[in-house]
Amino acid sequence: MNTFADQLLVLVMLINFILLGSSRMTVSIRAVALQGVVLGLLPVLINNFSFHLLLISGGIILAKGVVIPWLLFGAMQRVQIKREVEPFIGYVPTLLLGAVTTALAFVFAARLPLAPEHQGLLIIPSSIATLITGFLVLTTRRKAISQVTGYLVLENGIFIFGLLLTEAMPMMVEAGALLDLIVGIFVMGIVINHISREFSSIDTTRLSALKE
Amino acid sequence: MVFLGMLADPAGQVLAGTLLFAVAGVPGLFTRRSASWGGHVAALLSVLGAVTGLAGAVTILHGGINETFVIAWTLPFDSCEIGIDPLSALFLLPVFLIPACSTFYAKGYWPAAANPDSAPKLAFFLGLFTAAMALVVMARNSVLFLMAWEVMALAAYFLLTAENHKKEVRRAGMVYLVATHIGTLALFVMFILLRSQAGSYLFSAMRAVDASSPLSTVIFIAALIGFGMKAGLMPLHIWLPAAHANAPSHISAIMSGVMLKMGIYGIIRVLSFFPHPPLWWGMVVLASGVIAGLLGVIFAIGQQDLKRLLAYSSIENIGIITIGIGIAVIGKTTGSPALLVLGMAGALLHVLNHSLFKSLLFLGAGSVLHAANTRKLELLGGLASRMPLTAMLSLLGMVALCGLPPLNGFVSEYLLYAGFFSSILTGSGSAVLYMALSAVVLALIGGLAIACFVRVYGIAFGSLPRSAEAANAHEAGWEMLAPMGLLALLCIAIGLFPKIAVDLIMPAISSGYLPQQGKDAAAILFPPLGWLTVVSFILLAFAALLLSFFLRGLRRSPAAASDTWGCGYLNPTPRIQYTASSFAEILVKLFGGALRPRYRQPAVTGFFPKPAGFTSRYRETLLDLVIFPFFSIVQERFSQLRKLQHGKLPLYILYIFITLLLLLLWSP
Repeated sequence: MNTFADQLLVLVMLINFILLGSSRMTVSIRAVALQGVVLGLLPVLINNFSFHLLLISGGIILAKGVVIPWLLFGAMQRVQIKREVEPFIGYVPTLLLGAVTTALAFVFAARLPLAPEHQGLLIIPSSIATLITGFLVLTTRRKAISQVTGYLVLENGIFIFGLLLTEAMPMMVEAGALLDLIVGIFVMGIVINHISREFSSIDTTRLSALKE
Repeated sequence: MVFLGMLADPAGQVLAGTLLFAVAGVPGLFTRRSASWGGHVAALLSVLGAVTGLAGAVTILHGGINETFVIAWTLPFDSCEIGIDPLSALFLLPVFLIPACSTFYAKGYWPAAANPDSAPKLAFFLGLFTAAMALVVMARNSVLFLMAWEVMALAAYFLLTAENHKKEVRRAGMVYLVATHIGTLALFVMFILLRSQAGSYLFSAMRAVDASSPLSTVIFIAALIGFGMKAGLMPLHIWLPAAHANAPSHISAIMSGVMLKMGIYGIIRVLSFFPHPPLWWGMVVLASGVIAGLLGVIFAIGQQDLKRLLAYSSIENIGIITIGIGIAVIGKTTGSPALLVLGMAGALLHVLNHSLFKSLLFLGAGSVLHAANTRKLELLGGLASRMPLTAMLSLLGMVALCGLPPLNGFVSEYLLYAGFFSSILTGSGSAVLYMALSAVVLALIGGLAIACFVRVYGIAFGSLPRSAEAANAHEAGWEMLAPMGLLALLCIAIGLFPKIAVDLIMPAISSGYLPQQGKDAAAILFPPLGWLTVVSFILLAFAALLLSFFLRGLRRSPAAASDTWGCGYLNPTPRIQYTASSFAEILVKLFGGALRPRYRQPAVTGFFPKPAGFTSRYRETLLDLVIFPFFSIVQERFSQLRKLQHGKLPLYILYIFITLLLLLLWSP
């Protein structure tokens, strides 16, 4: 582990706070894209250089930095929504919650029974912090697009955790996960469109009208 | 080329037929929705599939062939065995025949031009449904069986909810879905226990399960619940009437004619795993058959909805089939091969017969619904003169259903009676009394069935039309009449030549049920079916003679057109006829304890009473008086819990998050 990678992980956690604190969709999507690119760089930095790693990194940067943001911007354009209004919990409280959970993530990670070579790394706390950020975004935001960003952040958290296993994980698994993600976002884009056409809004709380 | 190679072998023919059905509806999905050629392709492929499949099934049945295939799969549940023995082949006959008739019938009854939304969907699921049912009877691996069973159950759900814009259809679908899954749950229990007893998921390993262990008792009860739920045995029939009434008629024909039989197949198959069933098993099966038969026909009498009535009559017939299985099991226990053969022959032949005449009647009901736009008996009437062919074919089906000679229903019930009497004459012990009582009940069922169908024919086809729509009814098209005609012909053929039919089904009884010497012994005891043909022809000749006398008398006397039930009135209206309810009133009152009819009847007082109305309503006794009240109480008690189910997506995600956190903290 080198210091540069640690700094990148700190950057990832900072991006989490941007996501929690911003009401503009454009900012959120760009932040997620940036987070994706940063994460894409990490495997190359952490492990010894190999062609396999380069492929993975390239794929991740392409998917998370280009394709998914492009899909999301397209969805945003179609439904004409620019900002998240009235989240369930306001921006300042979520930011505070995010700060608290990030701190707790460090405490928690220190108490986890890890393999000796993994102890003291920044990877695990940042992974848990990012996961929780994803959950926070998913639970507090109303608009479908914000929820998609929450889902992406959640996935990023899982990805960071997966960094511990980069050497053990075959490339097919990585590729499969990426493909899943893109298909997931693609489907969500379609769903968002349908929600907005059906309810003239992409407020997911309107979906409760579907329950019996 | 592989496909052509398959066709040389009878089992290959059956598999090819199954495949043809499975893909029959697929081309229709890719066409313009209102284009009719999707329906034509489906009908063509289904008929092709039926011809190939039936050819294979008849060869296997006739020759007593037993074939097994093993398909490579990667699931960890032993090997994927598919097998066809004569018992499967017998059940394959209705599986292939009835859906082909229905698909053909659908071209006239449910054309894509009139139903662009549902017609392609129906054609697709109909093919899938048929293929799944064929796989159910061919599966020799428990897990494969359950897969096919679920595909069948779900395809039936999509078929019966074709008109899902109607609230009652959605309700019927929901009740069906819940009921079928409760049944599947019981089947899961049954197969898991069978696995623990036999050590394998394969049916071939389950040939000799010990019936005396307590686990086997649970297996038996689970089988009776799981398969009985599908077959519609009486306390488990709750889904059946509404589902049959609300499905499109050609679907009701398959559901009643074929799908219910899958439950029967399951019961027969599972019972064949036990070489020595205890006596009480046979008695329980017999009793459940008697209950279903008797209550089924009693409920049928009260119904005011033509298709609901037919559904209850299906329950009655399932009861008769189950009576046959009960006789057979008792015969197996008491070591009486004659009893076993007669009971099983009666049951299996009735499976075939019921699928023929009940599908015929449902298709007939569909034509009535198509022509008069209603299923309510109180609004029908006078259809015999407006749609004579449909009326004649339906009458034929009703006569067959009532078990009157010389049609096929008589033959199977005759075998059952022969079984009862041979047991009473030769048997000993407690079973005899039981059998004697059941014979009386079977006779009662037959009598009530006649009363029930006299009512249906008299009210719907006889008398005067009770509504404008019934008065403007028209005869069905040839696409609808042709399948009905085919089914009617088969009913007549089995009725006139029962020997051939019974010889055809004999291998099905001996497979898995009977050693060879028992079969020979039984053949001696068999009632003289050849004479039945002779008697039938004498009966027909006698009837023809009477008819000719009647027609001559009619020609001599002066003809005058008048209204039925005129009773001296000069200007009668259709409203003074007997209604469907008044016709049934005596019998309904007799069995009021089960039927629980509800009357709204004003007291007529004074010399000049005011105008008053009378209404009568029949409910689903079990569903409306027991199950729904129970669930509404449960719902009330647990209404607080419904707040958790609020439909807000973010909070659901919060639930997941909290669960994950708790799981993390809980780690021991």
